Amino acid sequence: MSHNEIKNKISISEISYVFLYRFIIILIVSATLYPIIFVLSSSLSSPVEVGKGTITLLPKGITFAAYKHVLRSENIWIGYKNTIVYTIFGTIFSTITTLCAAYALSKPRLRGRSCFMFLFAFTMWFQGGMIPTYLVIKDLGLLNNRWVMILPGLCGAYYMILMRTYFQSVPSALEESAKIDGANDLYIMFKIFIPLSIPAIVTIALYYAVIKWNAWFHAMLYLSDESKYPLQLFLRRILTQARMTEDEMAAIKKSSEISAETIQYATILVVILPMMTLYPFVQKYFVKGVMIGSIKG
Amino acid sequence: MKQLSLATGTKNKWFKTLLNDVLRDRYLYLLLIPALAHLLIFRYSPMFGLKIAFLDYNAFKGVGGSEWVGLEHFITFFQGPYVWRLIRNTLIINIYSLVFSFPAPLIIALAFNELKPSSKIRKVGLGISYMPHFISSVIIVGIAISVLSPSTGVLNNIRSLMGLDRIYYLNDAKYFRTIYTTMNIWKSAGFGSIIYIAALAGVDQHLYEAVDIDGGGRWAKLFHVSIPSIAPTIIIMFIMRMGNMFETGYESIMLLYSPNTYETADVIQTFVYRNGIQNFQYSFASAVGLFQSLVGLVLVYLANLISRRVSEVSLW
Repeated sequence: MSHNEIKNKISISEISYVFLYRFIIILIVSATLYPIIFVLSSSLSSPVEVGKGTITLLPKGITFAAYKHVLRSENIWIGYKNTIVYTIFGTIFSTITTLCAAYALSKPRLRGRSCFMFLFAFTMWFQGGMIPTYLVIKDLGLLNNRWVMILPGLCGAYYMILMRTYFQSVPSALEESAKIDGANDLYIMFKIFIPLSIPAIVTIALYYAVIKWNAWFHAMLYLSDESKYPLQLFLRRILTQARMTEDEMAAIKKSSEISAETIQYATILVVILPMMTLYPFVQKYFVKGVMIGSIKG
Repeated sequence: MKQLSLATGTKNKWFKTLLNDVLRDRYLYLLLIPALAHLLIFRYSPMFGLKIAFLDYNAFKGVGGSEWVGLEHFITFFQGPYVWRLIRNTLIINIYSLVFSFPAPLIIALAFNELKPSSKIRKVGLGISYMPHFISSVIIVGIAISVLSPSTGVLNNIRSLMGLDRIYYLNDAKYFRTIYTTMNIWKSAGFGSIIYIAALAGVDQHLYEAVDIDGGGRWAKLFHVSIPSIAPTIIIMFIMRMGNMFETGYESIMLLYSPNTYETADVIQTFVYRNGIQNFQYSFASAVGLFQSLVGLVLVYLANLISRRVSEVSLW
């Protein structure tokens, strides 16, 4: 092989490499976005075009009728209201409970610490399961009670351990000097540790918020009144069209502007839109959470 | 006699220091109470509730009044017609996920690692790929139903453009595993790449320079530096994944399946749900659930044991 041939061969393999990784990146981004774009385009298309099955990328015969219908439906607003209430209160209670436990367990001097840690960690390995948990919640009188969306998920062992790892990384010299000044544990926690841990606390709060916002299985198991349903349950019912109410069927029959499918598509968009607008601003915290989790304390 | 008093003396002393320590840390114990109470009520009391798996539980008689039947429910399950289908489906779905979902985050991380950390495309592209992780399973299944719909879904729209018949994918058992696995990759591959991207950021840059000096190209950097450097992370992730071989994302299966696809879609958890919650066979369903939890516990334990041997990284 001459020198030139080798050079050529190298550059071909270099070019193929660059081509390949760029192709993979384009593939990942478009494969992530495409399904959402398809649903968006379909939701904006006229039901005739959607029904004919001609939508592939762009909307055809643009109409906002499906959105008007979805936003007029009472259920969406009941669902939104409930989801927001469950998310806000659930996140606040969960974050505070997790924070307090994590702080206490971050102190090596605490008697019985390893025993408590085991109690938490064991729940990540073994759980009572769906039926025994259901029966406990039933016995507590929490069936069809709004608190069921908040209490059973109060403290996730994984997030507690995450937060504890973070607290342990705060230099203990800060605590010792405050102790010398006569400060008690609560003072030290609120005045020293919490202000230093804001990014980690925000991260954990955001993870809880996502869990609460997305919760549907839990709600399906324990809630029976529609007035208490979170948004996800209404969405689920619209997706399993069989259980569409008669009013909705009548509305669809009357109008040529909407169809069961376009309503479905529009509902999906209405449900994910708030999350997708907030997402770019909070994304860095989610990444941070994985980073803290990967450093073992 | 003297020895005895000495022993009680040390015991007393031990008790006194314990009491002192507890009093000293009283605020810390106070902080622990809400989480501990939650743990005992919602995590540990269901574990004790598992004893109904060995009873012929009757809601009117309560746990105390119900008859003890020992392993009868387990025997019924193992002699029943569905046990092998459930175990097979649970395992095959996991094998699909191991073969297809496990490498996906790695490929994503390696591809984006080719772009400079300051690159705008890298930041935005990764941000987009993480996003589906935060979308609820109801919506993801909703999108899947939309895309796969026989009359209006894009897959069938394209088939019909090409003159092919429309297929009702979600109603056909043979497509279920593919659909479920694809959906899961879409949901979690991007977010799963974070751990590998972090590992790649920690690779010693001198190693890449050494490849340059040796005249190696980008493929050499990939196979001789990048992949070997993050191999420990890959191995740990793989072992941990093996610990979950008996778990399934039953929430999305429940949204996606129908009696027509039970043959490939029904897993232990969905079976527990139908029998326990829908048919009120609390004891039988608890027994099936307990069987799954126990196998799961053994697998996680083994995975941790191996991982600790390999790298001293474990959950403990």
